[in-house]
Amino acid sequence: MSATTSRRAFLAAASAAVATLAPGITLIAAQAKPADQPASSSVRWGMLIDTTRCSQDCSACVGACNVENGLGSHGRPQTDPQWIRKVDLTSKRTGQKLSLPVMCQHCESPPCVDVCPTGASFKRQDGIVLVDRHICIGCRYCMMACPYKARSFVHESLENQRPHQPRGKGCVEGCNLCAHRVDEGKRPACAEACASGAILFGDLNDPKSEIAQKLRTLPTTQIRPELKLNTAVRYGGLSI
Amino acid sequence: MKASWLIALLAMLVAGLGWGPAFADPFPTIPKAKGERCVEDPQYMRRNHMDVLRHQRDDTMRLGIRTTKHSLKECVSCHAVDGKDGKPVTVKSRQHFCASCHEFAAVDIDCFACHASTPEAKR
Repeated sequence: MSATTSRRAFLAAASAAVATLAPGITLIAAQAKPADQPASSSVRWGMLIDTTRCSQDCSACVGACNVENGLGSHGRPQTDPQWIRKVDLTSKRTGQKLSLPVMCQHCESPPCVDVCPTGASFKRQDGIVLVDRHICIGCRYCMMACPYKARSFVHESLENQRPHQPRGKGCVEGCNLCAHRVDEGKRPACAEACASGAILFGDLNDPKSEIAQKLRTLPTTQIRPELKLNTAVRYGGLSI
Repeated sequence: MKASWLIALLAMLVAGLGWGPAFADPFPTIPKAKGERCVEDPQYMRRNHMDVLRHQRDDTMRLGIRTTKHSLKECVSCHAVDGKDGKPVTVKSRQHFCASCHEFAAVDIDCFACHASTPEAKR
């Protein structure tokens, strides 16, 4: 009983904390989860990427991701870890050019979690899919299972990792939607770095969130929707 | 007279044996932490820090609970030891808080293959 009340009280407090600074600008920081509370299944974090605003010669999101997560290059691009990559598309029919960032799509039913023999690849209650490196054995099944090629394997010993993002040789890793930032009520680094505002981050489950409203009104799609993975990363303007 | 000779001889013998470096420091020198007191009783931490850290690790990783009381990040920043260059030493140095004891006990620490062993310098 008391658990129910405290949860209700928490939700009430959380919704009360959402401040509207000006019409159309809501303070996302209000969604910060108390540090001692586990991630809740009432939210599902996701991103909406407006490909029409994404320019081919910009890779700010990739750069921000690398800095935030301490991803460095060993000068061997074939094996360097990559959490986001920019994909350039050209329509064969019309010649239309598109550019979009592709990262872990945070599927509702993630194939990487299905195939993981140890349970290292898992989905958090709030829909973030990530790797528990403590129990990852580096078998790379998840890399083969992922239809989005979103995971990387760390081939070399690392130093100077960021304290909030431990990473090490022999483990598979990938975009974790900046879980450490999201838990603090911040946006993922890529969304914050995107100057054109092409990356919108928010709670897909909250009908009042900007992302849910846009998903309701704009034509958007998932990459490879036929796989029925129900990805949390959606794309707008992607119709070639 | 005889007794004083004997004492002198003994003193010379002891000096000759030289209590070399192996004996000079029989116990690890544990650097002092920056904080006033540890998050738990030090005696408890000496024996149970690994379990405390493991429990916190699963809570944080799996559930997203990010309390700082038992977090490795907080341990590392409170127990940071500055080297000669004024920057905190990494776990590779024997001066490092964790390394100072783990080297003595001959127990390898895996944590720092992935985790940062120093607090982050301001960027």
